[in-house]
Amino acid sequence: MLVEEMMVTDVITLKKEDSIKNAVDLMKEKKIRHLPIVDRTKTLIGIVTDRDIRSAVPSIFCIDKQKEFLNKPLETIMTTDVITAHPLDFVEEVAATFYKHRIGSLPVVKKEKLVGIITQTDVLKTFVELTGTNQPGTQIEIRVPNKPGTLADILQQIRHFHTNVLSVLIYPDKMKAQSKIIVLRLGTINPNPIINALKEHQYEILWPNLSGYHNG
Amino acid sequence: MDDKIAFVFSNNLLNYKFRQGHPFDQKRIELTIDLLKEIGALSSSQMILPRMATDEELLLVHDPTYIEAVKKAGKGKLSIEQAENFGLGTEDTPIFPNMHEASAIVVGGTLTAVDFVMEQQGKHALHLGGGLHHGFRGKASGFCIYNDCSVAIQYIRKKYDAKVLYIDTDAHHGDGVQWTFYDDPNVCTVSIHETGRYLFPGTGNIYERGHGQGYGYSYNIPLDAFTEDDSFLFAYRKTVSEIARFFQPDVILTQNGADAHYYDPLTHLATTIRIYREVPKLAHELAHQYSEGRWIALGGGGYDIWRVVPRAWALLWLEMTGQVEKATGTLPKRWLEKWGNRSPVSLPETWDDPENLYPPIPRKSEIEEKNRITVEKALQILKG
Ligand SMILES: [Zn+2]
Repeated sequence: MLVEEMMVTDVITLKKEDSIKNAVDLMKEKKIRHLPIVDRTKTLIGIVTDRDIRSAVPSIFCIDKQKEFLNKPLETIMTTDVITAHPLDFVEEVAATFYKHRIGSLPVVKKEKLVGIITQTDVLKTFVELTGTNQPGTQIEIRVPNKPGTLADILQQIRHFHTNVLSVLIYPDKMKAQSKIIVLRLGTINPNPIINALKEHQYEILWPNLSGYHNG
Repeated sequence: MDDKIAFVFSNNLLNYKFRQGHPFDQKRIELTIDLLKEIGALSSSQMILPRMATDEELLLVHDPTYIEAVKKAGKGKLSIEQAENFGLGTEDTPIFPNMHEASAIVVGGTLTAVDFVMEQQGKHALHLGGGLHHGFRGKASGFCIYNDCSVAIQYIRKKYDAKVLYIDTDAHHGDGVQWTFYDDPNVCTVSIHETGRYLFPGTGNIYERGHGQGYGYSYNIPLDAFTEDDSFLFAYRKTVSEIARFFQPDVILTQNGADAHYYDPLTHLATTIRIYREVPKLAHELAHQYSEGRWIALGGGGYDIWRVVPRAWALLWLEMTGQVEKATGTLPKRWLEKWGNRSPVSLPETWDDPENLYPPIPRKSEIEEKNRITVEKALQILKG
C-alpha cells in the first residue's frame, strides 16, 4: 500500500510568523500533536510538535517569561530539517522511518509542496487491514515444511470451497527450525470443511485443535 | 407468576434453509417443539404466528441496495459478481429460492415477539427462529442474512422509545448488533463469547466499549477456548447483573445461541447443558427486577441440533413459563424413539449431561483465572 492511499490530505498548518500560542491552542482544539509550517505557496519549511513546545517552554514559575515565550513566532522553535515522506512511498518504508527516527508523524511532500500528513496510527490501521482482522473471519494456523510450492498447494485445497481468503501471513516456526507457520484468515464461520481437507492432505493444523492445547 | 407468554412459530420459519447438509439447520426448532409438547409444556394457545417484516422495517437497519440484492438473489436474478459484494452466494450464506421472504419472516417473528411484550399482551415472548446477530447493514455474514436483533432494537427505539439491554450468550461475538448501536447510549449490548483470536468473527475484545455518546454502552467478555460451566457462569452472572444495575433497562432482549456446548462442532468452549438452565434464569430475574418483566428471547447459533439445541432451548421456554421442574431425569421416551433413528449421533437420555461428558481440560485453573481478569477489565469502567 502507498502513502497516498493512507495519508490525510486535509492538513492543518500554520505560518512561521504565527505565535507559539496559536500552535498550542490549535493543537488542543484539533487534538493533534504535529503542525507542519508552510509558506504562502504551500511549500513545507518546518514542523512544530507538542514535544518541541514542551521542551522549549520556560518553567511555570516565571509567568512573565512564559507569556513572552508564547508570543514568539513559531520560526523560533520549529524544526527545519524535516523528515518527510513521498506519496509513492510504501507503507513498510514509512513504518521503518517511524521506528528508526522515533517520530509519530510524517508530512507528505510532492515537488516541495505539502500534500498530506501520515501518522503512526494511520500506518497501524493499514497493518490491521493487511492482517484482515477488520473483517469477520476465522483464523487457522498450519505448520508446513519450509519448501517452495507449499503455500500454492494449500491454497489449491481451499479453492474448492467458496471461501474468501482475507489474509495470509507466514512466519518462522519457533518450535521447529525446518518448518514455517502459515496463518490464514478465512471469510467463513465454518472452517471445518477446509480444515478436514487440509488434514486429509497431511497438513498439521495447529489451531483450531479440539484435542487440546497445541503448545501446552 | 407470569400469566401469558408467547411462543412465536410457524412452519414458514423453516424455509430459512440454505441447503442440505448446511450447519445452520432449523430442524432444531421442530425437535425443540416436539420435546416441549411431549412433556406437556407447550400448548397451541401459547403459540402465535410470526408476521412478515415490511421493507420499511428492514430499512431501519439495512441498506436499500442490499435488500434489493437479497430479493433478486432469491429469484435467481443476481449475478455471482454482484452477490459477492453482499456476502451472498458464499459457502456460509448460499443463495436459495425466495431467500428474501424466508429472511423477512424471521425478522417479522422477532417484531411479533416485541409487539407482544411491548403492548403488554404478556410479559415474555420467545422466537427461536430469530437471533441472527451477524447480519450487517449491507452484507450477509455468518449464516445471517437480515439481522432481526438489530431491526427489532431499532424498532423498539422508534416505536416505544424504550432503553434496550441486549444480552448475547452465543459462542460467537454479536458483532452485527454491536456495530449497529455502537454510538447509541440508549442501547446497551453485552456479548459473552469465545475469544475471537481464532473463532469467527474475530471481534469482541474488552476494549470495544462503544463510541462517542455510546461509549460505555458496549460490553464484551471474550472467554478462553475450553472454558467450562463454572467459569462461564461466573462471567455471565457478574457481567450481566452489574450492567443491568447500571443501565436500568426498560426491556431486555436476549440472544440465546446454543453453540457454547462442548459438543458444538463450530466452537471450542466446554460447557454443558447446565449453563442453559442457568443463563435464562438470571435474565428472567433481571427482567422482573428492572423492566417490569419485559423480556424477549431469541434463538441464534447452535450446530449440534440433536444432542444440544433441543434440550437447551426447551429449558429456555421452561424458564420463561416457570416450568423448569418438568426438565428432570430422563427425556420422554417417545421423543427419543421418534428422533433417535433419524439422528446421526446417539441422543442423550437425560435432561442433564453426565459428570464425565468430556476428559479433563488441561490448564483449567489458568483458563479460569484469565476469564476472571477479563471480566474485571471489561467492567472496570462501571466503577469510574
Ligand atoms: Zn454462534
